[in-house]
Amino acid sequence: MAKFDENARPFSEKWLDERLGVVTLKKVLSTEYWIPKDINFLWAMGMVLAATFGLLLISGIFLLMYYKPDAALAFDSVNYTIMTEVGYGWLWRHIHGVGASIVFLIIYIHMFTGIYYGSYKKGREMIWISGMLLFVTFSAEAFSGYMLPWGQMSYWAGMVITNLFSGGSLEAYGLVEWIRGDYVPGDAFLTRFFMLHVLLLPLVIIGLIVLHFGTLRLPHVNNQKGEEIDFEEAAELYKAGKKKESKVIPFNPVFLSKDIFVMGVYFILFFYLVFYHFGFAMDPVNFDPADGLKTPPHIYPEWYFLWSYEILRPFNKDLGLIAFGIAQVALFFLPFIDRSPNVAPAHKRGLFNIWFWVLLVDMIVLTILGKLPPEGIYNDLGLVSAIVFLLLGPALFVITKMEKKI
Amino acid sequence: MKEQGRRDFMGMALGGFTALGGLGALYAMKRSWDPLPSVKAAGFTTIDLSAAQENVLNIEKWRGKPIFVLKKSADMKADDRDVVVGSDRFHVTIGLCTHLGCIPAYLPGEKIFRCACHGGEFDASGHEIFGPPPSPLEIPPFKLEGTTIVLGEEGPEFKKMKDAGLIA
Repeated sequence: MAKFDENARPFSEKWLDERLGVVTLKKVLSTEYWIPKDINFLWAMGMVLAATFGLLLISGIFLLMYYKPDAALAFDSVNYTIMTEVGYGWLWRHIHGVGASIVFLIIYIHMFTGIYYGSYKKGREMIWISGMLLFVTFSAEAFSGYMLPWGQMSYWAGMVITNLFSGGSLEAYGLVEWIRGDYVPGDAFLTRFFMLHVLLLPLVIIGLIVLHFGTLRLPHVNNQKGEEIDFEEAAELYKAGKKKESKVIPFNPVFLSKDIFVMGVYFILFFYLVFYHFGFAMDPVNFDPADGLKTPPHIYPEWYFLWSYEILRPFNKDLGLIAFGIAQVALFFLPFIDRSPNVAPAHKRGLFNIWFWVLLVDMIVLTILGKLPPEGIYNDLGLVSAIVFLLLGPALFVITKMEKKI
Repeated sequence: MKEQGRRDFMGMALGGFTALGGLGALYAMKRSWDPLPSVKAAGFTTIDLSAAQENVLNIEKWRGKPIFVLKKSADMKADDRDVVVGSDRFHVTIGLCTHLGCIPAYLPGEKIFRCACHGGEFDASGHEIFGPPPSPLEIPPFKLEGTTIVLGEEGPEFKKMKDAGLIA
């Protein structure tokens, strides 16, 4: 039996520490979790994402109070009940819609920051892989959520995406019907995607966020120069009061205070969008109720899926599916394709710098083309950009293999 | 050592039964995702072909899917995939693009179907003539009864097309 101080006041720090180890926990997770000083605002994106996820969760809880997962009722429960009857229902919906869109913008910034500074390399592979798992789960979460208002875009996006599972010439329509629970997206489809969206996938996301934080604890976050810091030595300096000489700061309260400043700036933008410019996250086509006998003239996904959608488009059915499949999983392997020994920002890594900017520009071009109608010159441009994207993988291997140790 | 053997055996026995139960649970989960019997059973559509006009596309519904019914005009090429009723020829297909399942629009002037999603085109017989569609528009199982057609049932005409590999 452990020792318990009989005089400790209930719920005092000592009392809690004896029962829960809160002092150790606080040290490990916050006051003695060391963050390098040499970072910039891009290092705040992780906490910005966590906060945005929090907003999505809270707004989602309130939407859940009035949403009806039934093909006959869903559309009106969103567009009539929540939007016009529920007090501040519009607020939750607009936070949820804008949040779902902006969270991907921040995810992409977060990812490209990691790629630019080589934060997926040498001991940080699990950070990258757990982050990619989060990206994929967030994508599934966004897609399943997009089904719920049961408008035209919900229905037809559901139709097109579930059809992908027929595997092209494999013609696995049994699998497609199994996923839908019907020959076409219908009530069974809506209710199962509702389940995924409000329970299963959020559970997975929360678990993955914990894992993602866990993967950071031992290798620590990277810094602007990719410098290998002796964290124990730097921590001793800091604790000895030599804060100026030390290369690190504690996560809480020093790093977090910087994070919260960035979050403050971000939330100004976020709520500006929620109150004045929510339209970008609300496709007008989705304000028509789902109709299985009428395809909208153009079907396109939300902006954050456009780059991978565009990789699907310019090829024939089977090749398109293969290219699409490769695009979905290729980034997972980044830590293993990059053979360079250097952990350094891209601008110090020669050819890798060019590779990085080609990747960024190519994904932006694919995103733009994905929104344009598939005709004429756009088809050719789409084909070229898709091929460039696919070639970037092998190119990275060759480039980093040749890279000299800095 | 003997203790270890005992423990291993217990572990394997527990693992085995757990795996068995897990498999059973997985099967139950798979079955829960299956389409319901009521969904599968609802599924015959009867269409009267006698009222159709030439070069005017009628869209019917079968198992939630749109069905194209187009009475061919004399200048359209006859095809083995046509449904023949007396002297009239009909194009009867599932109105979903064989690429990713959007509904192509019929352009009566050009006498083709064009899909808005990815630009695929089909001729009046449902053959793919442009873009990503890998195969012709699919023919649903049908049975002719005089001038009416029943979808969801395989009649002799359908079986003949199926044997000739013309369905899709």
